[in-house]
Amino acid sequence: MADMLSIDEVADIMYEMVKEATGMRKLKPMDLTKNLIEGYGEKVDKKLCKNAIRKLIESERCVYTYFGGSYIELPHREGAAND
Amino acid sequence: MADDFPKTPLIDELEKGPWPSFVTEIKMAAKDNAAPKDLLGLLEQSYDEKICHWKHGGIVGVLGYGGGVIGRYNDLPEKYPNISHFHTMRINQPSGWYYSTEALRKVCNIWEKHGSGLTNMHGSTGDIILLGCTTDELEPTFQDLAKEGFDIGGSGSDVRTPSCCLGKSRCEWACYDTMAACYDFTQEFQDEIHRPAFPYKFKFKFSGCPNDCVASIARSDMSIIGTWRDDIRMDKDAITDYASNGMDIQKDVVDLCPGKCIDWDGKELSIDNSSCLHCMHCINAMPKALRPGTDTGACILLGSKAPIIEGAFLSSVLIPFIKMEPPYQEIKDLVEEMWDLWCEEGKNRERIGEFIQRMGMGNFLEEIGVEPVAEMVAHPRENPYVFYEEYYEEDDEEEDGD
Ligand code: SF4
Ligand code: SF4
Repeated sequence: MADMLSIDEVADIMYEMVKEATGMRKLKPMDLTKNLIEGYGEKVDKKLCKNAIRKLIESERCVYTYFGGSYIELPHREGAAND
Repeated sequence: MADDFPKTPLIDELEKGPWPSFVTEIKMAAKDNAAPKDLLGLLEQSYDEKICHWKHGGIVGVLGYGGGVIGRYNDLPEKYPNISHFHTMRINQPSGWYYSTEALRKVCNIWEKHGSGLTNMHGSTGDIILLGCTTDELEPTFQDLAKEGFDIGGSGSDVRTPSCCLGKSRCEWACYDTMAACYDFTQEFQDEIHRPAFPYKFKFKFSGCPNDCVASIARSDMSIIGTWRDDIRMDKDAITDYASNGMDIQKDVVDLCPGKCIDWDGKELSIDNSSCLHCMHCINAMPKALRPGTDTGACILLGSKAPIIEGAFLSSVLIPFIKMEPPYQEIKDLVEEMWDLWCEEGKNRERIGEFIQRMGMGNFLEEIGVEPVAEMVAHPRENPYVFYEEYYEEDDEEEDGD
């Protein structure tokens, strides 16, 4: 069996995915998981991806957002916000 | 009342009549807090112009969680600065909505300190709804609530705060301990409540019997409704009492039985339990004489939702009967199985009921490893297109090709 990636490695890869998608499309947690499994095969699994997402959010590098559905994005000031 | 209170002739109309009025409540709260005062002004303006002045925020929340806070801003912040931010917090209610007055006071005090003081007890999912908070106050509110043992509930594409009827705590019809099950599922799925990972929302509601006091059949993706599989218990003397006290058993009970399985000869009542649909009608009509059986558990149904995308759905049967015993592992395993499939194949904003409709019940059951049974037919003349491989022979293929 292939060596699994670490949570930090997965979180870093996810962070890059979110960064690259910024301004073009919003990614859902499941999109990140699917992309990781597609790209890294047996080196990742759903549980690892779930923990990496948690790490990404708790480290405040990414945030959950809601626009009709829930997404993961880079922290930013939202359009609707008042001062 | 303060002199600078806004004039509100239109919403004042909502104070007339003998029923409680949310306008009266907002006015009371406005005596001590500037946010409700601005809210009155904004509400009056909206009624006058017939325009909603709220903007939906999508990013505010508390650290680490992706649900439980709904962002709101008004589009006239200069005119109504005290409700420029007016976010809603959903707080996980206790099972069965039981509180001590002490606990309620604590929630209210925290909310008066950090927010508008306005609450909605309770939202349609069941949470305590705290209305109106600035972005800066979200985290301190959460921390203060957490110190008192309260947690935030769900919102967005996650498991919404599970809710239940009061079950065995007060109701003799409860076929399982709804409060225990609801609490157990809430603890089990904490991650799924706080970290949205689904195509859309997923609701659990627990009712102790088919009276379904939390309307789980219409308002939850998974409805867990208490039922029994043995015979309805009967107290013959009590039946005689009902008859001698003037109850028209034929008209009010027998003729209204949807299973057409009750007979009444003027003296004795008999039930063909094999045809009973467990609707509770006869039991509700004669509560002193009839009761659910003793071999109790729950029926698990799937798929109800309000009419946003594909119209309103009621839940339909997935598991006709299951014993409801902690740790409910069989149900939890099934839930995980369904979520895996739905997350893999579901479209954005597609509820699980819509997903099943799109992929077909037969395919859905095959994927989650549940055998089809007749009780799953949602309504007469429905064809669930279940393909029984064991009845399919190789010769059939050749014949088909002819
Ligand atoms: S659903 Fe049934 S058990 Fe629950 S409170 Fe209502 S009548 Fe009682
Ligand atoms: S529970 Fe409903 S279906 Fe069953 S016997 Fe009573 S009225 Fe008939």
